[in-house]
Amino acid sequence: MSLLIDRLWQGLLDTLLMVGVSSLIALIAGIPLAVFLVTSGKGGMFEAVRLNRLIGSIVNLFRSIPFLILMVALIPFTRLIVGTTYGVWAAVVPLAIAATPFFARIAEVSLREVDQGLIEAAQAMGCRRRHIVWHVLLPEALPGIISGFTITLVTMINSSAMAGAIGAGGLGDLAYRYGYQRFDFMVMLIVIIGLVLLVTLIQLGGDKLAKAMNHRT
Amino acid sequence: MTGSITSIRQARNTHEAEGDQSSHALPYALAATTLEHAETHIRFQDIGKTYSGEQGPVRALHGIDLVVRKGEIFGIIGRSGAGKSSLLRTINRLEQPSEGQVLIDGEDIGRYGTSELVALRRRIGMIFQHFNLLSAKTVRQNVELPLKVAGVPRQERQQKVASLLKLVGLENKHDAYPAQLSGGQKQRVGIARALVHDPDILLCDEATSALDPETTQAILALLRDINRSLGLTIVLITHEMEVIREICDRVVVLECGAIVEQGPVWRVFGDPHHDVTRTLLSPLQQTLSDDLKAHLLTQPLRQNDALLLELRLNGTNSREPDLGLLFSALGGQLTLVKSAIQRLQGRTVGHLLVSIRHSPHAQEELIKRARRIFDDVEVLGYVAAD
Repeated sequence: MSLLIDRLWQGLLDTLLMVGVSSLIALIAGIPLAVFLVTSGKGGMFEAVRLNRLIGSIVNLFRSIPFLILMVALIPFTRLIVGTTYGVWAAVVPLAIAATPFFARIAEVSLREVDQGLIEAAQAMGCRRRHIVWHVLLPEALPGIISGFTITLVTMINSSAMAGAIGAGGLGDLAYRYGYQRFDFMVMLIVIIGLVLLVTLIQLGGDKLAKAMNHRT
Repeated sequence: MTGSITSIRQARNTHEAEGDQSSHALPYALAATTLEHAETHIRFQDIGKTYSGEQGPVRALHGIDLVVRKGEIFGIIGRSGAGKSSLLRTINRLEQPSEGQVLIDGEDIGRYGTSELVALRRRIGMIFQHFNLLSAKTVRQNVELPLKVAGVPRQERQQKVASLLKLVGLENKHDAYPAQLSGGQKQRVGIARALVHDPDILLCDEATSALDPETTQAILALLRDINRSLGLTIVLITHEMEVIREICDRVVVLECGAIVEQGPVWRVFGDPHHDVTRTLLSPLQQTLSDDLKAHLLTQPLRQNDALLLELRLNGTNSREPDLGLLFSALGGQLTLVKSAIQRLQGRTVGHLLVSIRHSPHAQEELIKRARRIFDDVEVLGYVAAD
């Protein structure tokens, strides 16, 4: 029994580590990417139409590959980055690469929804472009970006279950091995309940934070 | 702040109430004459703007030559799509003209690089129809932002913000978010934000169009107040003649991207030449009511049918609608049917509709006599005596 609890605990830690690190990378890389996608289009502040199209295509490419395949395809790259192709850290690399374009596209939508009038007002008051990004675009889109990040976290919990295929462990892997391979439905049930609780907690926290940041109403 | 608005309103009301010519004409006339000689602040030289639309190029503006003088309130009016918004935005280069130049204090702003443009925009405040306040920032942070991005030290910023919020009457709303404010309060924040760099030009883009009539009056009074106390040049665009009448010194009427009429407000109101101007003015002008129109005859049927005359004042000769004089000149039984007389910049403009019955004079003689008192006289017809 105590062995099972240890395994469950370890699984939870592995999941949190994989999801946490990959989502953090997605947050840091995804926001500049989203800002670029929004501002570099035709007529944008940092207009660079060709580069915008190129980056947009790359984002779409990564978004269209199923995670399991992406993970396998990235094995050489993963080895290059973390020096191993097995375990939690090896899973972080493909997870982060999947999460970044995913989150960037969601953040992009929020950034696009910022009223053009606000950008015009900022230009009229003598803001430079970087001021507009920092003082207008990001703060105004923040509630949407937080909601988007919540969705990213939940999606990464989902994807991390597949990381068991490269021996990364985690709750999903535990449920697969005990529940599917050993027919131990008890363990599977516990894991499912745990995952539901985890997702609910993240969703509630994200919603609450997004609401606190929203002063529009 | 509220005090100053009230005093302006009272001043205007007393104006309108007074009948004696010598006392009321003074302040406005004085203001008008000083501005006649004021130096040029903004000059538009042959401005044109062409957009590339989906069905070929669209000409938003063409051949605009205009001068805005220092310290005046200059109105640009026109129907939607007339090019007002594009023209206003050429002043701070939110809009880049395709042809011509905009000169501010004699300098061609089209040549400015990024840094000069940023510096120019800090000298020009702008307020908007939908206020365009940042929802994620408090009132204080909104007003502070232009100073913050200009690198003004914190303490100086705070002092400036406090004094401006006091000027616009929001001294107890520092920490409120825009969503918690009424429309009028939001526009006051907009005004405070626009003034934070002590600009010498203020651009108003339909600044009162989203506000109710009462709030509109208060905001216009505030703008007038700021114009006088800070000596600021204000350029505003609107589709409401009401706004022009309330605060502008001079006005230009735009239609399809070109100027169709311009001049001092009293002249454009008193004697509109273009159809567009008349259309824009029509909500403010009273015409013959429908029941009278239905009974109007072109020729008198009987001896005692009343002659209906429209007597107009266009302001050019500084005439007053002297009713005593009119009565003794026309004789007979004189009835006032309708009147729309207003005082603009010290001049009386508008028209009277009167009916005359049992006059000893013939129609031609009546018109000749009325012309001595009014600028323009028109026979509308006859109304049958019942």
